[in-house]
Amino acid sequence: MEIERHEYDVVVIGAGGAGLRAAIEARQQGKRTAIVCKSLFGKAHTVMAEGGAAAAMGNVNPDDNWMVHFRDTMRGGKFLNNWRMAELHAKEAADRVWELEAWGALFDRTKDGKISQRNFGGHEYPRLAHVGDRTGLELIRTLQQRVVALQQEDYETHGDYEAYIKVFAECTITRLLKDGDRISGAFGYWRETGNLILFDAPAVVLATGGIGKSYVVTSNSWEYTGDGHALALLAGANLINMEFIQFHPTGMVWPPSVRGILVTESVRGDGGVLRNSEGERFMFKYIPEVFKDKYATTEEEGDRWYTDQANNRRPPELLPRDEVARAINAEVKAGRGSPQGGVYLDVSTRLPAEEIKKRLPSMHHQFKELADVDITAEPMQVGPTCHYIMGGVEVDADTGAAAVPGLFAAGEVSGGMHGSNRLGGNSLSDLLVFGRRAGAGAAEYVDRLPTRPKVVEELVAEARAEALEPLERAGENPYEVHHELQRTMNELVGIIRKAEEVSEALEVVEKLKERVRMVGAAGSRIYNPGWHLALDLRNMVLVSECVARAALLREESRGGHTRDDYPGMNPEWRRKLLVCSTSDGSSVKVEERVQPSMRDDLISLFDRDELSKYLTDEEMAEFDGIAKS
Amino acid sequence: MSYKAKFKVWRGEGGEGKLEDFTVEVNEGEVVLDIIHRLQATQAPDLAVRWNCKAGKCGSCSMEINGKPRLGCMTRMSTFEEDETITVTPMRTFPVIKDLVTDVSFNYEKAREVPSFTPPDGVRPGEYRMQQVDVERSQEFRKCIECFMCNNVCHVIRDHEENKPSFSGPRFLMRIAELDMHPYDVADRQQSAQDEHGLGYCNITKCCTEVCPEHIKITDNALIPMKERVVDRKYDPIVWLGNKIFKRAK
Repeated sequence: MEIERHEYDVVVIGAGGAGLRAAIEARQQGKRTAIVCKSLFGKAHTVMAEGGAAAAMGNVNPDDNWMVHFRDTMRGGKFLNNWRMAELHAKEAADRVWELEAWGALFDRTKDGKISQRNFGGHEYPRLAHVGDRTGLELIRTLQQRVVALQQEDYETHGDYEAYIKVFAECTITRLLKDGDRISGAFGYWRETGNLILFDAPAVVLATGGIGKSYVVTSNSWEYTGDGHALALLAGANLINMEFIQFHPTGMVWPPSVRGILVTESVRGDGGVLRNSEGERFMFKYIPEVFKDKYATTEEEGDRWYTDQANNRRPPELLPRDEVARAINAEVKAGRGSPQGGVYLDVSTRLPAEEIKKRLPSMHHQFKELADVDITAEPMQVGPTCHYIMGGVEVDADTGAAAVPGLFAAGEVSGGMHGSNRLGGNSLSDLLVFGRRAGAGAAEYVDRLPTRPKVVEELVAEARAEALEPLERAGENPYEVHHELQRTMNELVGIIRKAEEVSEALEVVEKLKERVRMVGAAGSRIYNPGWHLALDLRNMVLVSECVARAALLREESRGGHTRDDYPGMNPEWRRKLLVCSTSDGSSVKVEERVQPSMRDDLISLFDRDELSKYLTDEEMAEFDGIAKS
Repeated sequence: MSYKAKFKVWRGEGGEGKLEDFTVEVNEGEVVLDIIHRLQATQAPDLAVRWNCKAGKCGSCSMEINGKPRLGCMTRMSTFEEDETITVTPMRTFPVIKDLVTDVSFNYEKAREVPSFTPPDGVRPGEYRMQQVDVERSQEFRKCIECFMCNNVCHVIRDHEENKPSFSGPRFLMRIAELDMHPYDVADRQQSAQDEHGLGYCNITKCCTEVCPEHIKITDNALIPMKERVVDRKYDPIVWLGNKIFKRAK
């Protein structure tokens, strides 16, 4: 069968916030740009983001600025973050949010007509630009409509909407192609027809999101199968921080079919509290040493904070997500959980019903329709759910460039920005800031190319054979292999980890690799989900191995990586990144790498006392040297 | 709490197909999409269905359940009797690709024909000032998850293929209203709504509002006000009639 061929300057894989922002930038820089997405245009997982986009605009509290945001981000990530990314993010997020407004976004407003900002876990000031609790939808729709606006411009100029930017919807990439060391294109298939497609392009931006579908309980949709992570690995790039997975503290726990679906952190930001089966607001027991002076120690103080932030400390329900998730886990384990195995999240006794409906309309709707629970009258039951992977493709902070020339990554698929734990609200802003930077990075790379890399036909033939294999054999049901992988990761490499369990998971993954090679897909090539899953499994297994191998090596607990056998944070480990790569396309190698020290002006933004909780004695001596000079 | 339910699911591709019978397990708290997924995992691995978020936020799993346009993920099995046969078919207004998946490209083409947000010259990013009360009208329409069920149910195109070229459907007439009510949009949209997007075809039967999973009052808050804005320039008997029959919620 013929392979459909297209030539572009930049191919963006993924059409969530990061992918669309990257594509918009590449097109604005004059590059012919393709957007390839697994779903329909506008359906990406970004629509699930509820709370908002963190940006230090200072609209609600004028004391906010990029330095405060930078500090909060580093704290949230337990100082493991790529500090240059955290710096760029904090500095540029506001411009990226304002730009959306100029493209038609309608955020909620303050009284003086500016963009309103809400409180969120780990953010010192109200910082999240939002639209009720459907901010992700607003973001994706605005970017989608911006793409359409650019297409309309191109129609005016060239008589063709798709002259410079085209969306390839329901199209999945299975391989990146290289010419020597450099990227030369991407290979995939159309979901709707099963036909094969080839992009001849010198630059590829990965914006494929996360890996949640390797877990049973997850807030992620079917698309989150680690495609970009795996494509990058297979193309020779590195992944970092893969051991750090964010379990969002509040997923729905009942009914079983919606287990894992997200309950926005805005519920807590707007006053919701967590209680155990004894009615106790248990978070006060779980304030960790490093945050002791930043959080309220009594319910009275915590409650006063909502109206008077200058004179009170924030309630511990708003600790970073890793802390809250572990606390809920501990309460349930201690037998103080709710009937369906979660804890209670109550906003009904905290705000008037009308206010709840106004501030949290989609939560009200979601619980009413899916669980028959009226959140204005009774508490929700919630528990941790696999939500976000901090780890991803190792990139240059300024350009999003990966180790492979021509390969770029932005958003959840990239690693470093969030360190060991991401703050709520920092994802939407991350997508915008680094989506734009990766799009610009790719455009600049194309401009500087002396010669255009060529598509190597042998690689195309290999990719073609690999894609069609599952259809050609009567093998095992891919759904069963997928379920076993999900159970394994959930039970053995979940929120709390132990060496023996992670080792056991690695043994299972090894066996699953064999089974993945033998899965079969019955039926035709036309919109065949069994076939699609069979191909996605390669990625999920590869990425799961990265997570498990890195989790086994990191002998400490930090952010989204909690080791039962190494419960504390270890300053020696703070400077170490675990770098995953593969040379044979199947087995994963993990190496330690030292993370560079923070730039002097950035480290000087922190108090000595705070730094001493995270840094080694040697690093503190260096810091004292900086402070003196 | 689990029982066996009878399902009839439309299966087929390339313009041909038929309802196939299935008997399938149903557990407490499940929705129709869960059952479709169980069919995929146990009986029909190549059964095609679109879905993403499974929480009513992405608008992918639009289908017709017992003849009514619904999101599969928001239709709870407990709303049916246990002995009831549940019939699941693809959206009728759009061509079927396979099984429950339809070709919705009509909607993306129409989206492209609506001129984009047009701010006045000279307002820079960061300088926008709007009152909450002024953005709320358009915000209601921006809740749209693009499930396209309003366009699917609208009788102007549901059974009249010939109207498709000249009618954008409730989704995109609402998009025009959204932009028209945007405090900073300066484009003239009223005449083109009538002349190019077929606003006049709408005779406010409110079918679109009834099926909207986001409970957007498409007819009352978007289409009728647009008709009224147009009528300042042109007499439209439907608006006149509508004003007689329906009381508008303010």
